[in-house]
This record gives sequence, C-alpha cells and structure tokens, in this order.
Amino acid sequence: MEILILLLALFVLSLFLGVELITKVPPTLHTPLMSGTNAVSGITLVGALLAAGSDGSPMLVNVLGFIAVTLATINVVGGYLVTNRMLAMFKRK
Amino acid sequence: MNPNIVNFVYLIAGILFILGIKGLTKPKTAVRGNMLSALGMLLAVVVTLLNINTVDYSYIVAGVVVGGIVGSIMALRIQMTSMPQMVALLNGFGGGASLTIALAEYFTVLGVAPQSFADLVTSLAVDSSAFGVGVEGTIALVAIGLTVLIGAVTLTGSLVAFSKLQELMKKSYGLPGGPIGNGLFLVAALAAVVCMVINPGNLVAMVTIVALALLLGLFLVMPIGGADMPVVIALLNSYSGIAAALAGFVLGNTVLIIAGSLVGTSGLILTQIMCVAMNRSLANVLFGKMAAGGEKIDADEIYAGKVTSAQPEEVAMMLEVAKRVVIVPGYGMAMAQAQHAVRELADAMEARGIEVEYGIHPVAGRMPGHMNVLLAEAEVPYDNLVEMDRINPTFEDTDVVIVIGANDVTNPMAREAEGSPIYGMPILNVDKAKNVVVIKRSLSPGFAGLPNPLFAMDHTLMVYGDGKKAVVEMTTALNQA
Repeated sequence: MEILILLLALFVLSLFLGVELITKVPPTLHTPLMSGTNAVSGITLVGALLAAGSDGSPMLVNVLGFIAVTLATINVVGGYLVTNRMLAMFKRK
Repeated sequence: MNPNIVNFVYLIAGILFILGIKGLTKPKTAVRGNMLSALGMLLAVVVTLLNINTVDYSYIVAGVVVGGIVGSIMALRIQMTSMPQMVALLNGFGGGASLTIALAEYFTVLGVAPQSFADLVTSLAVDSSAFGVGVEGTIALVAIGLTVLIGAVTLTGSLVAFSKLQELMKKSYGLPGGPIGNGLFLVAALAAVVCMVINPGNLVAMVTIVALALLLGLFLVMPIGGADMPVVIALLNSYSGIAAALAGFVLGNTVLIIAGSLVGTSGLILTQIMCVAMNRSLANVLFGKMAAGGEKIDADEIYAGKVTSAQPEEVAMMLEVAKRVVIVPGYGMAMAQAQHAVRELADAMEARGIEVEYGIHPVAGRMPGHMNVLLAEAEVPYDNLVEMDRINPTFEDTDVVIVIGANDVTNPMAREAEGSPIYGMPILNVDKAKNVVVIKRSLSPGFAGLPNPLFAMDHTLMVYGDGKKAVVEMTTALNQA
C-alpha cells in the first residue's frame, strides 16, 4: 500500500509539472511537441519488454508481449525520428 | 540486477524526458531536447533488458526488429503534409501497446491462458489476492481494467482518425442516439470492469471489456471529421499518455508513470487550446454537430453580383505597390502542396522591400502547429510566423492579405453575425486590411458549411484555381514587373 501511495504522489506531481512545462511550448512547435510526446509515451516499451521476456508464462502472454514490443518500438523509433526531422527544419534559418 | 539501481536509472530517464520537453520551449534548443529525451528512452530500455531474468529473448528481438523497421520507414518517408496521419497512427500504436501489456500482465498473474476460443467463456476460481494483498489486489485489477479500456479506445479511435485524414473513410457513421449511445457503451464497459474486479477469473468479463472498448473507440471518432480533427488528435494523444501512466500502475513502474502523465497533460492542454480557438466546448466537438444556424443563410444572397475575381497577374500589380503583406495559410495550402511556392512568392516580395509575415490561426490545418511545420519545411524563418493575437492588430496597417486555402478562420460572421454557428470563434481579422486576395478553387463553403461574406467585400479579390499554380503565376508576374 505504501508503494501505491508513492506511485500516486509521483503521478500527481508529474501532472502538475506537465502543465507547467507544456504551457511554455510555443504554438509553432505544437506539432513536434505532439510527435515528441508520442515517442515518450512509447516508454510502454519498458512494460512490453517485461511481458515479452517472462519465462514460463503461457504462450499467449509472450505473443501479447511481442505485439506490445512491436507497437511500442514503432512509437519510439518513429516518434523520435520524425520529430527530429521536423525540428531540424525549424533550426535552419 | 539490484532493483534500486534499476529505479535510479528510471529516475534519470524521467529527468531526461522532462529536460527534453523543456528543450521544446524554444526552436533553438528543440533538437537537443529531442535527443536528450531519446537518450532517456535508451537508458530506460537498456536497464530493463539487463534486469529481465529470461532465457528467451526471441519475442523481444523479433518485436524490436519489426517495430524498428516499420517505425523508421514511416518516419523517413512521411510527407510533412501528412503529419496529422502519422501522429494519429502513432497515438493508436501507443494505445495498442498499453492494451496488450495490461492483458499480458492479467494472464501472467492468472497463470493460465485460454488455448482456444472455447476457453474464453470459462471462469477460473481466482480472487483478487492473486493480484496483491487486500486493497492492493483490487486496485491492481482496477488499473488493469482501465488500461485495457483506455488503450483499446485509443487504438481504434486513432485508426479511424487516420483513415479519415488519409481519406480512406469519407462518410461519417455514428451510433444511433449519438452521445447517449456512446454513453451506454461506456457504462457497459465500466460495468464489465467492475465484474472483472469482483471476479478476476471471469474471462468473459475481460473479453467484454476489450470488445466494448474497441467498438467505443470506433463510434466515438467516426462521426467527427474535417476541421474538428485537431481536437480529436490532441485528445487521443492525451489518452495514449494516460494509458501509459495507468500501465505504470499495473506494473508498479515509476518511469511509465512520469512519462505517461507528461504526455497525458500535453495532449489535454493542446485539446484545451484547440477548443478555445474554436470557441466550442470539448463535449460540443465530440458529440455536437455544427448547428445549421438559426435561419438558413443563403449563399447566393451574400455573393450575388458582389464577388470580384482577378487573375494572378492583377494581384502581382497590386503587390508591386504594397509595403506590408500578410499571408494567411489554411488546410488548402497543405492539400495543394503549395508551401514552397508560397515561400518563393514571399522571397520575391521581400526582394522588393515588402514586409511579409504569416498569420497563423491555432486551428488552421488538421493538427496543432500543422501550418508551422509546412512553412518550416519550405524554410520560412519561424520568426515570420505570427500567432493570431499578435497579427490581428496589424491588419489595419497591412496593404494586402493573401488568404490561401483558409476559409472559416477568416469569416467575419464569427465576429458580427450573432446566432451564426461560428459566432464568437476568434478569427483572423483579414477584412480589416486594405486589400484581401483569396486563393480558392471555388466559392464552396468551408467545414462550417457557411458562406463567407469576406469573399463579397469590395476590397476582396477572388483568385480561382489551384493554390500552387496561382501562387507560382503571381511570383512570375511579380518578378517580371
């Protein structure tokens, strides 16, 4: 239970931090912000790895894990690459 | 590996994500920010891999290879005009990943998995203590149920958004009863979550949650279209983050919670900005239809005999004597791929000492910041892209405004016609400028379905035709003058 409360505290504080950070992003960068945060939400890859790599689990768990790893990797790789492509265009003058 | 080390590395990853988003507050630091964020992701993944006690890496390697190839191809080949589709797809994959993770965790704890479809209707004698002691077990199950629910809605909702943006799906279908139908679906899905929490071994409940949530995602997004897409994409972006944070609760994983909540707030704030820019509530965008307006407005009455059309060459003559020109782009510029042509026209004007700026409405295009990315692709300096609040006071000192592919966001009815469906929506006051040039294929109405009195004003010239072609002809004429 103690851990759960700590996780909840982390969640709530992160929400407040998110509001503070995101409101400072200028409208001109809103599209890269979306694709960039999309890449960050690919952090589910961490959870996917845990699921795909679990030994002795039913086959179904490993298959679900494989799907999760694939989708999350697309999110991470695609998200960061496309964000970088866009931001590079903003950088040059 | 020592779990303390793992959690410490997760903390570092979380810090790097935060610094990454902080970098996005300025165009100059944005690239570095994105790199820092990617570094955080790499750290989190590597430490997780080192921490797994597995002998079988085959599923992981297969997933990473397939995902890496698909992701790279998508990111490198997508055209900037299609960025809304790309983001919609990525949102969907994020939701799908959270959905499958929660399901995997559920079946891992159950320790058995259905071998056939017949097994799906069985009920196992498992109680919540398998998922945690006392209340913790219940909370873990609630988290699993909600992750599955939100993940599935995000998955199918995003796929519909993608199909609509890619114009694979043109018609709008909805549940009979609209919001009430959707509401009933949501209540039924939540009821299934409750059943699953009370009796975790009840596979029927879990299958029901998945099925209802997948359908709910379809029905939520299918009736929404066109200019409301920016709101939907931003909202689905938020869902994908919330699903990731919930998955963090399922797995007790700190970095998922930090990253997921950052993404969740980002999407919500963008949703809010979009709604304000349309002067509509979120509920209205999601469930409402654009009201057809109190009395039917007759387009012929507004346009009859009052619309002046012009050739690009005539516009060029007007530009020759201008001192300040503002370009107002909309979705039509993206459709015509005219961003490079527009930049060349601006270059030709600047070479003549004309001051050129771009007026960007927050909901121009199909996602937040869509126009900015297109113009950045055409190497327009971002300092020349001016937000609505700052450009509006300057229109009175502007000689020519060139509106290309934008309609509703310039409609003066939003300011003057009380009772009109768009009344109260903040617009770009282009009609205050000395001359207005509208490049458009025809007089057809925009997404709101309203005629635009701007087109009939005395100081407005309509240039009919393809946006790119018209702009190129203006540039040629201007250079020859």
